[in-house]
Amino acid sequence: MRNLFAFIRRYSVLLFFLLLEIVSLSLLVNYNKFHQAGYMDAAGEITGSIESQYNKVDGYFGLKKENESLRRRLNELQNQQGENFQTPDTTVKLVADTMRIDTSSAHRKFLYMDAYVVNNSISLPNNFITIHRGQKQGVGPGMVVVGPDGVVGVVLDATDNFATVMSMLHKQSRISARLKKTGESGRIEWDGVSPRRVQLKDIPKSVKVQLGDTVFTSQYSDFPPGIMIGTIEKVIKEQSTNNYLLQVKPSTDFSKLQNVFVVKNLQKQEQEELENRLKQKK
Amino acid sequence: MSQFLRYLIRLVLFILVQEFVLYQVPPLHHYLTPVVYYLFILWLPFTISRSGLLLLSFITGLTMDFFTKTPGMHAAACVLIGYIRPFIITVLMPRQSNEFNYREPSATSLGLAPYITYVSLLTLIHHGSLFMIQAFQFGNITYLILKTLGSSLISLLLILVVEVIFTRKQKFITNT
Repeated sequence: MRNLFAFIRRYSVLLFFLLLEIVSLSLLVNYNKFHQAGYMDAAGEITGSIESQYNKVDGYFGLKKENESLRRRLNELQNQQGENFQTPDTTVKLVADTMRIDTSSAHRKFLYMDAYVVNNSISLPNNFITIHRGQKQGVGPGMVVVGPDGVVGVVLDATDNFATVMSMLHKQSRISARLKKTGESGRIEWDGVSPRRVQLKDIPKSVKVQLGDTVFTSQYSDFPPGIMIGTIEKVIKEQSTNNYLLQVKPSTDFSKLQNVFVVKNLQKQEQEELENRLKQKK
Repeated sequence: MSQFLRYLIRLVLFILVQEFVLYQVPPLHHYLTPVVYYLFILWLPFTISRSGLLLLSFITGLTMDFFTKTPGMHAAACVLIGYIRPFIITVLMPRQSNEFNYREPSATSLGLAPYITYVSLLTLIHHGSLFMIQAFQFGNITYLILKTLGSSLISLLLILVVEVIFTRKQKFITNT
């Protein structure tokens, strides 16, 4: 017993070093649990408030670009308004069928909520975005985030006033995507190399693919269908499989992200319940 | 107390600059990621106890991790250089053992050439371990080596700039 204490005393620094390394590595291994840990809520609120202070200053630099893209989106919506359509032929009756929240809320599937980006990185292999909207404002894990130009990411965790979003530029990010032209669906991943390129996989070689083809979110994804992901920049034929490896240029410029929309799927729970019922029967 | 405050301000500044400047700028190339926050550990005083050094390194790394949302990644690399630092200082220290004549490692206290060796060695170790922990998740060996070398180079360049701009005044402490 005395020898044991002598040993601990002699190698106390080494043991302390090993202990700290083990703590760090186990934190790293339990990566996904980390986001649920209690202390993470407190840390998230603190780093979030620092990040929002920083963003107040940084936000001004991208204001012009941001205004332009929001105005484009507004213009798009204005063109869909009913009063834009008029015909001299009185036998034709135009009916505006834009949905009103008050009467048709029972049929609503996707609810958009705007949010302000307070922190964002693109240079790491696993990138996260912090938005200034949290559980108190209706954000929860699993909701998706889109920007004015297209897909951004998926909400991973939310505290009271902030939420962390797993960016599309994250090595665990998987988004179901569809080619606009031919309709084949595949999977968007990121290899961690360049923030200007993501990979579209699982598209069979029999499909005719051209450079510049548009890639949308598919109806199987958590995203609303038809949200722009990007355009095909390079076509690589994989040797070992029957599929293409398509390099896609994201339509969202992740380095200039400021305003995003959190999208809540109001019918997701019902769909999941139905799908789980199938699993239980097996 | 003023010493403690000084190191605290230094830590906060390093972490904020790393997170809000260096990790925010679009990278020149994906091999060139500037990382300098660990300079805080290299600048800690000689007199700090070894377990205290380890604990401070762990806290530095973990604070960085809270910002980048990568639990334990920076912490593991920091604890490693915190453990190795005393060995390198012992080897590089001038023979006259003026260890306690200066407070912290710098070009004046260690001498220019030993100080450069000290910083570059620990930079290589820090970057190597940091990118290796990232590479457990993806990447290959050439990617790892090139990224370590490229990032070390650009980080050392930045450290040089930091050393030139923020000259730390070192008092010569004598017993008499």
